[in-house]
Amino acid sequence: MTSGRALIVGASHAGAQLAASLRQEGWAGEVVVIGDEAALPYQRPPLSKAYLAGKSSLEELAIRKAEFYDKQKIRLLRATVTEIDRAAGEVVLSDGETLAYDGLALCTGGRARPLAIPGIDLPGVFYLRTFADVEAIREATASGRRAVIVGGGYIGLETAASLRALGLEVTVLEAAERVLERVTAAEVSMFYERIHRDAGVVVRTGALVEAVAGDGRAGEVVLAGGERIPADLVIVGVGLLPNTELASEAGLQVEDGVVIDDFASTSDPKIVAAGDCAIHYISRYGRRVRLEAVPSAGEQAKAAAATLCGKERPISALPWFWSDQYDLKLQIAGLNTGYDEIVLSGDPARDRDFTCYYLQRGRLLAADCVNRPRDFMKAKRTLGQGLDVDRAELQRPAAS
Amino acid sequence: MSVVTFISHDGEKREAPLEEGASLMQIAVDNMVPGIDGDCGGEAACGTCHVIVEDQWIAEVGRSGPVEEEMLAMNPEREPTSRLSCQMRVSESWDGLVVRLPEFQM
Ligand SMILES: Cc1cc2nc3c(=O)[nH]c(=O)nc-3n(C[C@H](O)[C@H](O)[C@H](O)COP(=O)(O)OP(=O)(O)OC[C@H]3O[C@@H](n4cnc5c(N)ncnc54)[C@H](O)[C@@H]3O)c2cc1C
Ligand code: FES
Repeated sequence: MTSGRALIVGASHAGAQLAASLRQEGWAGEVVVIGDEAALPYQRPPLSKAYLAGKSSLEELAIRKAEFYDKQKIRLLRATVTEIDRAAGEVVLSDGETLAYDGLALCTGGRARPLAIPGIDLPGVFYLRTFADVEAIREATASGRRAVIVGGGYIGLETAASLRALGLEVTVLEAAERVLERVTAAEVSMFYERIHRDAGVVVRTGALVEAVAGDGRAGEVVLAGGERIPADLVIVGVGLLPNTELASEAGLQVEDGVVIDDFASTSDPKIVAAGDCAIHYISRYGRRVRLEAVPSAGEQAKAAAATLCGKERPISALPWFWSDQYDLKLQIAGLNTGYDEIVLSGDPARDRDFTCYYLQRGRLLAADCVNRPRDFMKAKRTLGQGLDVDRAELQRPAAS
Repeated sequence: MSVVTFISHDGEKREAPLEEGASLMQIAVDNMVPGIDGDCGGEAACGTCHVIVEDQWIAEVGRSGPVEEEMLAMNPEREPTSRLSCQMRVSESWDGLVVRLPEFQM
C-alpha cells in the first residue's frame, strides 16, 4: 500500500523526516503532516543554544525550506488532532473535521513536565520546549536581569550558558545532589558545576523549590526551608512528558511512551510512531528506552516510513546526543544506564577537554566526550561494531 | 542556475541547485540526496554530512577547518579532500561542483 493517504501527527523532527522518507521509500499517494505549532518544522536543539542567545533566526531553524514540501507534495496542515478513530480509520481535528488515513504515524513528541507548585502560573515563569516559549523568554530578558533556572539537566544548563552570554545574572537550582544526576557520572556533573561557576552562574544543588512568589508577576523563588531567591524571570526545565494521550485513548499499547517494535510499528499494524513519544526495546541495552534526541527521532522515522510502505528497515543506529555550553561541545555516544565502571581520559577536575567512558562488565556502553570529537567518533565506531576495549588505550586521547 | 552534483558510493549521480549562502548539507537535505543525514542540523557535532570534494574543486571550495578536522580524523573513509558539508557555505560561483559520498556516514 503506497497509494492512499499517509497522515502524520506532529510536525517536528520525527514528522518532517517521516514525510521525506515516505517519498524516498516510494509512497505515491497523499502525505499530510498535521502540526499545531505556527512554524515550518524547525530544529529544536538550538532553542536553548544559539536561538536563545539571539544568534540565529526562526527562518534559519527550519529543518527544510517551504519549497521542499511543495516540491515533494507534502501537505503541512496546521491543526490539532484530538482523537484517533481506528475502527473508521480516521482522525478527528479540534474543529470537528475528520480526516481518513490509510497509514498513520504518531510523531507527537512531548511537552515540558509541569511543576506543580504555588505561583507557577505567574507571568515571568516560563517553560522551554517551543520557539514560542523562547520568544517569550527573550522578551523577558529585555527588561529582566536576574534569571532563576529550575532544573540542572542539559536544557537547564544550556539555558544558563545562553543567558550568561546575554549578560544576565543566572542561578541554577537543582533538587538532586548534583546537576545532570540522572544522565552522567559524578565526575562529569562536577565538571559542569565548575564550568558554570567559573562563568559566574550560581549553581545550587539539593535545592528544593517550593513556590514562586510575586505581586502579579514572578519576583522570587521560594526554597524548602524558606529561603527566597530574587528573580525577574524563572525558567523551569524539569523534564518531558511524552504526548501519548491520543494513542492510549485509541487503545494502543502505551507505557512511558507509545510502544513500538524494531520497525516502529505500534500494536496496530496501520499505525507507526517515532520520536520522543515512542518507547522502543533496544536489544543492545536489553530494555525498553524512550529516547529524547534528534538522531533517534530521525532513525525511528526512517524505519516507520519504510514500514508504511510495506518494507522492512529496522531501527538500528546507535543512540547519541550532544550539548553545547559556552565553548564546550559535549558529544555522547551510546547510553550509559547499567554501567559498573568508568574510565577517564583527561582530568575533568582541571581540564576543559576529557572523555568519560562507561563500561559494563568490561564492555563499552557509552562515552561522554567534552571537546574531544576524535574520542567521540572513535567511541561511535567501537560501539557500533561491538569492538573490545582496552582500559589503558581508552585513557589516551584518540589519535589517527 | 548553478548546480552541484553528488555522487553516491555506488556511482549514482544527483544534481541540486546551488543556493548562495546556504550550507551544502542543507542543499542536500532540501533535495533529498540519499546518504546525507545532517543529524545535528549543521553544528559539526555528528559527522553525518561527510562529503569528499573532487580534487579539481578543492582549491576553490577550501579544505576542512580545525573543527571539521577533529570530526573527520577518526573516520576510516576520510580522504585528503574530505569535508563536513554543513561547514561549507555555498557560493553560486561553484557551478559544476562535484562531491562524492562515502559508503557510510558514521
Ligand atoms: C531546548 C531543547 C534542547 C534540545 N537539545 C537537544 C540536543 O542538543 N540534541 C538532541 O539530540 N536533542 C535535543 N533536544 C531534544 C529534541 O529536540 C527532541 O528529541 C526532538 O524534538 C524530538 O522530535 P519529535 O518530532 O519526536 O517531537 P517534538 O519535537 O516534541 O515535536 C512534536 C510536535 O507534535 C506536535 N503535536 C503533538 N501533539 C499533537 C496533536 N495532537 N496535534 C497536532 N500536533 C501535535 C507538537 O506541538 C510538536 O510540534 C532538545 C530539546 C529541547 C526542548
Ligand atoms: S550536519 Fe552534523 S556534522 Fe554536519
